[in-house]
Amino acid sequence: MTDASIGSKSMTIGEALLAPSFLVLAFLCVIGAAQAHDGAFAFHASIGAAASLIAAFAIINHYYNRPAELPAQEINGRPNYNLGPIKFGAVAAVFWGVAGFLVGLIIACQLAWPTLNLDLPWTSFGRLRPLHTSAVIFAFGGNVLVATSLYVVQKTCRTRLAGYLAPWFVVLGYNFFIVVAGTGYLLGVTQSKEYAEPEWYADLWLTIVWVVYLLVFLGTIIKRKEPHIFVANWFYLAFIVTIAVLHLGNNPALPVSVVGSKSYVAWGGVQDAMFQWWYGHNAVGFFLTAGFLAIMYYFIPKRAERPIYSYRLSIIHFWSLIFLYIWAGPHHLHYTALPDWAQTLGMTFSVMLWMPSWGGMINGLMTLSGAWDKLRTDPVLRMLVVSVAFYGMSTFEGPMMSIKVVNSLSHYTDWTIGHVHSGALGWVGFVSFGALYCLVPWLWNRKGLYSLKLVNWHFWTATLGIVLYISAMWVSGILQGLMWRSYTSLGFLEYSFIETVEAMHPFYIIRAAGGALFVIGSLIMAYNLWMTVRAGEVEVQAPIALQPAE
Amino acid sequence: MSFWTRHHIFEKNSIALLIGILVVIAVGGLVEITPLFYLKSTIEAVDGVRPYTPLELVGRNVYVREGCYLCHSQMIRPLRDEVERYGHFSLAAESMYDHPFQWGSKRTGPDLARVGGKYSDDWHVRHLTDPRSIVPQSIMPGYPFLDAEIDTSGITDHLRTLRAVGVPYTDEQIKNAVADLRAQADPDNPDSDGLAKRYPKAVVRNFDGKGGAPTEMDAVIAYLQMLGTLVDFKLYDEKANLR
Repeated sequence: MTDASIGSKSMTIGEALLAPSFLVLAFLCVIGAAQAHDGAFAFHASIGAAASLIAAFAIINHYYNRPAELPAQEINGRPNYNLGPIKFGAVAAVFWGVAGFLVGLIIACQLAWPTLNLDLPWTSFGRLRPLHTSAVIFAFGGNVLVATSLYVVQKTCRTRLAGYLAPWFVVLGYNFFIVVAGTGYLLGVTQSKEYAEPEWYADLWLTIVWVVYLLVFLGTIIKRKEPHIFVANWFYLAFIVTIAVLHLGNNPALPVSVVGSKSYVAWGGVQDAMFQWWYGHNAVGFFLTAGFLAIMYYFIPKRAERPIYSYRLSIIHFWSLIFLYIWAGPHHLHYTALPDWAQTLGMTFSVMLWMPSWGGMINGLMTLSGAWDKLRTDPVLRMLVVSVAFYGMSTFEGPMMSIKVVNSLSHYTDWTIGHVHSGALGWVGFVSFGALYCLVPWLWNRKGLYSLKLVNWHFWTATLGIVLYISAMWVSGILQGLMWRSYTSLGFLEYSFIETVEAMHPFYIIRAAGGALFVIGSLIMAYNLWMTVRAGEVEVQAPIALQPAE
Repeated sequence: MSFWTRHHIFEKNSIALLIGILVVIAVGGLVEITPLFYLKSTIEAVDGVRPYTPLELVGRNVYVREGCYLCHSQMIRPLRDEVERYGHFSLAAESMYDHPFQWGSKRTGPDLARVGGKYSDDWHVRHLTDPRSIVPQSIMPGYPFLDAEIDTSGITDHLRTLRAVGVPYTDEQIKNAVADLRAQADPDNPDSDGLAKRYPKAVVRNFDGKGGAPTEMDAVIAYLQMLGTLVDFKLYDEKANLR
């Protein structure tokens, strides 16, 4: 970044590169839209052109309107934190969260009442399900991770975020990726690789955004004013780097045409299956675990006003978790045509993974020692702590389900769905809600939340919803698994497949009810956060940043 | 110097931390994935597996587009009840030309790895259009919009792209792709003899029961009816592939 000399204004490298790049991209998108082989590609190229033009205009316009001096790194000896992109990420997280939960509720209802599919292409279960998973994992979870990581890295490094336009490029570019991916699913654009459904052009765009994200994050760490890199930042860094590796490994594909949406992935059959679940399981391990553990390591100590329980445990937790997780993928492929040696490795490492997972849970929970009384008075802390308890529960259930004999019953059934949701709703959801409840007052400089009572309501509605959801799925999953393998005394299979589908109906209704409660809880949160920003009391003194653990 | 002091290098140097992470996460993936590309025992030697015909391929792409894999697996496990319910357990070779694989992870509906030949074409047409008219308890969405005609012109590029990622389509198969696509759903078409030669066991039928150009319904049913039918398990020697 060049420094503006006195009296004259000059463009930063980012401005000088991005503005023309967006103009070129807009031009390419217009050509792509005109030559497109299919309607979906034409649509995506059109919104790509529009977004690029807006971006180029915004950059140039901003350059003419901004002062010659770039924002100061420090003001009165205190770091001048860059909070704008984080605010955007926090708002986007709440928006996508509510939207994603709602789509989940819709598809849960479709399974109970199939006429809700409406027999239209854009509303059928097969297209809405990836929309739900991507919206909650990548749109809601991703925005929480981007927002909190950019906040935590600044605070714990006591320095302003690296880059001038780059942080904005990351949050806006990432959300643009989500729009392209989500609208693509509705139009039938998919690679059919679970949790990696976006087609080649969306993947390429995400790669660019992700590299910039890594650079911003790493750049901020490099210019830190603290000798040590704080624990949470190790987890964020592992999350960012590993997701990049996984994304590149799982997604190489050859488009049928550069102006069409369809591509064929480079890997086939058994190798593709292994790549997919190496990716899929570590999307859980690094996106939904490492990233959110970073949130745990910053927000729980901060909210409880206690240091992390054990620094050494966090070192062991970190390295063992990231080493073991990568091996666990094949447990998604037990008894399939994947070679047995790979299945056995996957099972073994999944069982071992229980240990670092619980090590992390203990580190999070024990951070409250001496502050347990706060659980009575602070529903936000309660949400954070219960999320860690759910983490402990699902990281016990996971290794158990990865044992081959257990998996022979649980695989292909709703038990897996229940397991995923105890992790997703209980752990990822609650730790995200807790982080958002902390973050929003900090970002908008408010004394506290609009209403702690509403947080309490959110907590209990959502908890009840989760309990209904996961217990319904345990029963339906185990029931269906047992019905499939049930024999009559004469040695015939006892149930036809459709009889086992019929038996699921009551549980699908209970699950939908649980999901509805979770959606209601998220709406309470959205209202509470909105009122905090709009009507909250302004805090005079900015909060003091957490001391890094030594 | 204790272990904990040695660890300071990762706590104080972001590049060391970055490289440390990359090394640690590389091990598992390398050990589990790379051997699958060179160990001969990964994919059995089996007769009969061939690349998809153009019409089957179009059907498969519709299957992918509509997210069928989200509720239907294509992977029969070697467990007694599954083999009795669905047929011989799935072989790695049977999905070797699948880009991407369609093994699935959930059975909201039954496994489809060997659904080929189990139901009539007419059953499939009615079932796909309105599942509950055939199976009242079904929770599958209806797909009445599959009556759309296929755009046949682009198929050659699809075959070429698949060849580039490793599916052994021959020059002849690529050259005749458009003709083969039209011929498979039209028994009166003179090109159908060539199709049967280029793709052994390919079934030529008017799958959707309607005249005119091939529709997505023709394609999906052609795909479903070939699933699991390529390997003749009367001739398959299990012992030859012990691994």
